[in-house]
Amino acid sequence: MPRLMTFFTFQFSLLCLSFFLYWLSQPIPQPSKNASGEKLFQSHCAACHGQKGEGGTGPTLATPKLNRADSEASLFKIIREGIVGTEMPGTRLESVELKELADYVRSLGQLPREKMIGDVERGKKLYFSKGECASCHAINGEGSAYAPDLSEIGLRRGRQHLMTSLLAPQADVPKSYLQLRTGTAITDNFLLVRVVTKDGKKISGIRINEDTFTIHLREISGRVHSFFKSELLELHKDWGKSSMPSYRKILEHDELIDVVAYLVSLRGEK
Amino acid sequence: MRQHFSHAKAQRRKGFYVCLVVIIFAVTSFAQVNYERIRSSELEPQNWLTYSGNFQAHRFSSLTQINKTNVAKLKPAWVYQMRDPGKVETTPLVVDGILYISEKPHVVTALDGRTGRPLWTYRRTTPTNARGCCGTPNRGLAVLDDTLYLCTFDAHLVALDIHSGKPKWDIVVADYKAGYTMTGAPLAIKDKIIVGIAGGELGIRGFLDAYDPKTGKRMWRFWTVPEPGEKGSETWAGESWKTGGAPTWVTGSYDPALNLIYWGTGNPAPDWNGDSRAGDNLFSDSLLALDADTGKLKWHFQFTPHDLYDWDANQVPVIIDGNIYGRNRKLIVTANRNAFYYVLDRVTGEFLRGAPYIKQTWAQGLDRNGRPIKLPNTEPSVAGTLLYPGLGGATNWNSPSYSPQTKLFYVLARENHPQYFFKSDTTYHAGEFFEGGGGRDIPGIEPYGVVKALDALTGQQKWEFKLHSPVMAGVMATAGGLVFGGSSEGYFYALDALTGKPLWNFMAGAQIVTNPISYSIRGKQYVAISSGNGLFVFGL
Repeated sequence: MPRLMTFFTFQFSLLCLSFFLYWLSQPIPQPSKNASGEKLFQSHCAACHGQKGEGGTGPTLATPKLNRADSEASLFKIIREGIVGTEMPGTRLESVELKELADYVRSLGQLPREKMIGDVERGKKLYFSKGECASCHAINGEGSAYAPDLSEIGLRRGRQHLMTSLLAPQADVPKSYLQLRTGTAITDNFLLVRVVTKDGKKISGIRINEDTFTIHLREISGRVHSFFKSELLELHKDWGKSSMPSYRKILEHDELIDVVAYLVSLRGEK
Repeated sequence: MRQHFSHAKAQRRKGFYVCLVVIIFAVTSFAQVNYERIRSSELEPQNWLTYSGNFQAHRFSSLTQINKTNVAKLKPAWVYQMRDPGKVETTPLVVDGILYISEKPHVVTALDGRTGRPLWTYRRTTPTNARGCCGTPNRGLAVLDDTLYLCTFDAHLVALDIHSGKPKWDIVVADYKAGYTMTGAPLAIKDKIIVGIAGGELGIRGFLDAYDPKTGKRMWRFWTVPEPGEKGSETWAGESWKTGGAPTWVTGSYDPALNLIYWGTGNPAPDWNGDSRAGDNLFSDSLLALDADTGKLKWHFQFTPHDLYDWDANQVPVIIDGNIYGRNRKLIVTANRNAFYYVLDRVTGEFLRGAPYIKQTWAQGLDRNGRPIKLPNTEPSVAGTLLYPGLGGATNWNSPSYSPQTKLFYVLARENHPQYFFKSDTTYHAGEFFEGGGGRDIPGIEPYGVVKALDALTGQQKWEFKLHSPVMAGVMATAGGLVFGGSSEGYFYALDALTGKPLWNFMAGAQIVTNPISYSIRGKQYVAISSGNGLFVFGL
């Protein structure tokens, strides 16, 4: 018996050794084959879309289907030229690098998908009740136009960014982009503005638009004011400020997760 | 009776000859814009006979009916809506009551200057596969004698009969499939039509051409990138000269007395990656002085040697005379895209003065020869390098203006517009983009436009007028003490030429990316500018 055991032990050791040798003969797993694409992604994309495309100020790219790029050609066009009317700039990258970056972006969609957390339905109820979000924001026409429209917020912002916005709204307020100001006629980045008119009235609100000679404000009540700048004594722009309260003490932690889940689900579908 | 008959016959004969003379005069003088008329354009301020108003490129109107005291009453006279949508960059020409405009992409229209009603239209088919960096604009026409000249996006030069718009000839200047395009207005001088080329983002080899106005035969070509053995070729490494860029896409100026053409050149290619083109890369980003008869280089001045930022020297160079360091000199001045204002001797090209006119962070200053002293770590990088000004530059192709009355140089610049400059790999393929990087805006920063009035001899700022956004719109000073300009949001406005105080504005409803002009008909002065797809004309 002991001899038999010794035999089997020997056989087992041989088996283990052969497995070990087989393992050694296998190629060592490499990091990304598309290192240059990843490098380009870090230079041009990660600041908004996240280090691994998980989303941030820009939407997540770690998804099998990109909403605005259903073909290689459309993805090339977006990466090279940007998206008019959004904060997405063009990179002007050319053929080889354009393809490397596009391939890398596509590869992000093969990463394990972020686990859906939170209760969307409960989040929706919280949004309209305890959160009182609709008093400033609108979704599909329901709510106020004072703050950014959220009908497609799930396409535009990542989960973590939305959570940060709820906890510390001034951490990352909507930015002013030149291409938005000169290329489109959209709301002028919700900058908080305070004015004093020549007849002594003090009015504050968000900037709807501005040009060399005029400025339009919207008060939180929804009332719109139109001024020639020549009618104003003072014009203050509160860069980096937000009139949105922090929800740290308004909603419980699990409620915040649910509201974020609801916001992430908003993708322009009615 | 016989005597009476003879007298009547003599009278009829006399009348016939008078009529004949009048007819000959009418036929030869109507819309006959000979060289002398353009050269002496100050004698007929009712017209606008060349892109910049005169050969000196002053973009100045000596009309005074619209002036500081009454500009507040300026009202629209008419609006002409162009056929095809898109950015309108044209400067109209005005000849004896008729406006001639180039519409996008290859339409030329003659308009009644009092009503805006079209008299004729020329339309040319456009290849859809012509590629350029920045849309398919056209900045205007040239006129000489009874012919209009149009540069096309597919790099043809077309001559049109000024009375009918019918083409006289149409010649190929370069191969658009290799990235050569044309967007600027030609310059008509005594016996030549001077045309520049675009394509600095597609690795063309730049040149400036002169053509026979009658036949379209090329009379000379000056290559802005020299081939091996030619002067300046030592500033290009290896084969890089073949795709070196240095386009000539904005109309220059001309000194008839010196018989010199002054013309700016654009960026070397590839724009943001200079690894393959070690050296200064002459004659990119330069001002060239060429003999008008031969096309030979008289002198050059390079503003940004070995450019890595796309800072073309495609600003209209302005000819003035003035006293510098106690000596009266013939000068040429320009506000460059690299943020410096330059005063050069236009006879020799000698650098006389230079100073920044907006914020810049790439150079310590200029040395005694006007060469920039670059700061370290300012080259584009993979991670991005933050610099003032951005790649749009301190100013761009939009025309400056010079007023002989105020002695001020007016320029629309952009402030607070830093960008990250990126460097990337690039490989040349004919007709494809060959740029090697790019620039990116910084979120949260609001760049703005600014009209600056500079002492033309020193570059010292006299006043500035801030615009909400940067814009590529030119300015025009007038003898009425005004400076007209456009804004990104669509305002056409008038400023006091001495103080910069805004005196009038009109919201035209769309971005203004062109240059204003002024003219008069039957004693009434008009000012005109394009906004969106409309040409807007104003009068009192």
